[in-house]
Amino acid sequence: MNKKLRSFNSPTFLAYALIAPAAIYILLIVAWPVLETIRLSFTNSSLAGEDYVGFENYEKMLSSKKFNKIVTRTFVWMFFSVSLKLLIGLIGAILLNANLRGRSMFRVLIMPPWVVPIAIGMLGWLWLYNGYFGIIAGIGMHTGILEGPYGFLAYKQSAFISTVISDVWVGTPMVTVFFLAAMQGVPKDLYEAAYCDGASRWDRFFKITLPQITPVIITMSILSAIWTFNSFEIIWILTEGGPRGATTTLIIDTYKQALGNYKFGRGAARAVVVMVLLTLFAGFYLALLARINKKISHG
Amino acid sequence: MDKYSTIEKIFIYSAIFVFMTFILLPFVEMFYASLRPLDHLFRSPYQFYSDDLSFWAYREMWNTVPLLGRYIFNSFFLASSVAILTLLFVIPAAYSYARFSFPFKNTSLYILLAINMFSGAVLLIPLYKVLRTLGLLNSYQAMIVPGVAFLIPTSIWLLKSYFEKIPVDLEEAAFVDGASRVQILRHIIAPLSTPGLVVVGIYAFIGAYAQQFLFAITFNQKKEFMPIPSGLYEFIGYQSVKWNEMMAASLVGIAPVLILFIFLQKYIVEGLTAGAVKN
Repeated sequence: MNKKLRSFNSPTFLAYALIAPAAIYILLIVAWPVLETIRLSFTNSSLAGEDYVGFENYEKMLSSKKFNKIVTRTFVWMFFSVSLKLLIGLIGAILLNANLRGRSMFRVLIMPPWVVPIAIGMLGWLWLYNGYFGIIAGIGMHTGILEGPYGFLAYKQSAFISTVISDVWVGTPMVTVFFLAAMQGVPKDLYEAAYCDGASRWDRFFKITLPQITPVIITMSILSAIWTFNSFEIIWILTEGGPRGATTTLIIDTYKQALGNYKFGRGAARAVVVMVLLTLFAGFYLALLARINKKISHG
Repeated sequence: MDKYSTIEKIFIYSAIFVFMTFILLPFVEMFYASLRPLDHLFRSPYQFYSDDLSFWAYREMWNTVPLLGRYIFNSFFLASSVAILTLLFVIPAAYSYARFSFPFKNTSLYILLAINMFSGAVLLIPLYKVLRTLGLLNSYQAMIVPGVAFLIPTSIWLLKSYFEKIPVDLEEAAFVDGASRVQILRHIIAPLSTPGLVVVGIYAFIGAYAQQFLFAITFNQKKEFMPIPSGLYEFIGYQSVKWNEMMAASLVGIAPVLILFIFLQKYIVEGLTAGAVKN
């Protein structure tokens, strides 16, 4: 390669100059707020002003029973939501991968929950869950399962389940689409060889499809855990974290402390906990991604 | 390969039906509610049948929600602005990542992925401060500025993979022949990457359209700047919600994006899932 070409391919200054606008933007709108949140968490910042208070916010937060309950609840909520998304997504992908008429239409029809603004989808769910006029309570009353009107978002346990279901509804299409894409990426000759050897459809799924798409399943479970952990609008619109805190997850609690009670310092301390947990998830995800990429490039 | 037996077919189609019911029920019920008169909706227990279905709510909603037209315009305007701005920031960055090698390249790419995992919800307090300092609260920019930031990371990754598909030899040949970088960008890169730019632009548009709630309710109180979701939720808190009209307004509001997505879904899905299934 001649000199001119080499300078064409590695002009460090130009490379940085092209990235600079995006990098500066992100530093200002994401990185600086992260640092500011950490700083605020050591103050008693509120509308009245702020003073440095050391670790007080953290001590109060970690010693409060309520906060510990919220952390546990967040993980229980996440566990149900993520496992259902993966399970329903996998079943959905298997169904839509079947070589049947109409499958390309079904593949488009599963997208709306993902594409439509969450707030609009939740308007539909608010109506479905309505205790007097909603269709779910209606079916319950017509079949006699429910004796009278039942507001699904008004009671602790049913509100918890309802928010999980709506969250699964928002998250499932994306999981399905990724699983489907992975299934279609499995080399066809593997199936043909297995078919010639007399493997049943069941065998082919468990011995070929499942192992082949395992990397995508693992990636999606972590990504989906991160998105579920971040889920804010769904719970906020349906229950605002209620009734009596039954659906208050870490994100909801952070928002309530900061913008409901204007306790910026306390809110920031919770935001820092959220960020630490997210960083752990992200680190886990990136390490895994690096391993999968290595396997692909070496294998 | 083997064919499905009739029983298998029936089983698979019924399972698909159950799956699709779960996915589409809210929309079907929203549409049905939008066609029914209000006094039919407010019957308990739920009435499955209404005999006088009409599009009345689609006419009446413009009176109930006087600014509806404005909200729909705002939603489009906000999402388009976010998409265009995102592209402006992302094109040079993605090109740089696709073509050049430089220190911290991989590290910064992974940092971008990590940023992608932060939601706006945890950063609201400092974001509020940033926007207040810049004097942008209660304006379109209050929703555009944070919106762009959270779409940049994925967009860079997506566009980078498009640029990587354009053979570098073309550019090298032009460069050796004395073309300037600007000329290369205009005459080689731009025309060849148009499909990629369109996909990333649409991805950013849909992303921006979908995230129009949190930033809108937190950073903007002015009705005239509200996008559809926050505009409509102004009407949900009241005692007597005109559900049929709310549903009609929501469906009209999301229809353009749904149609756009249906036509382009193949490209968007291919682009997004490419990373997950590359061999």
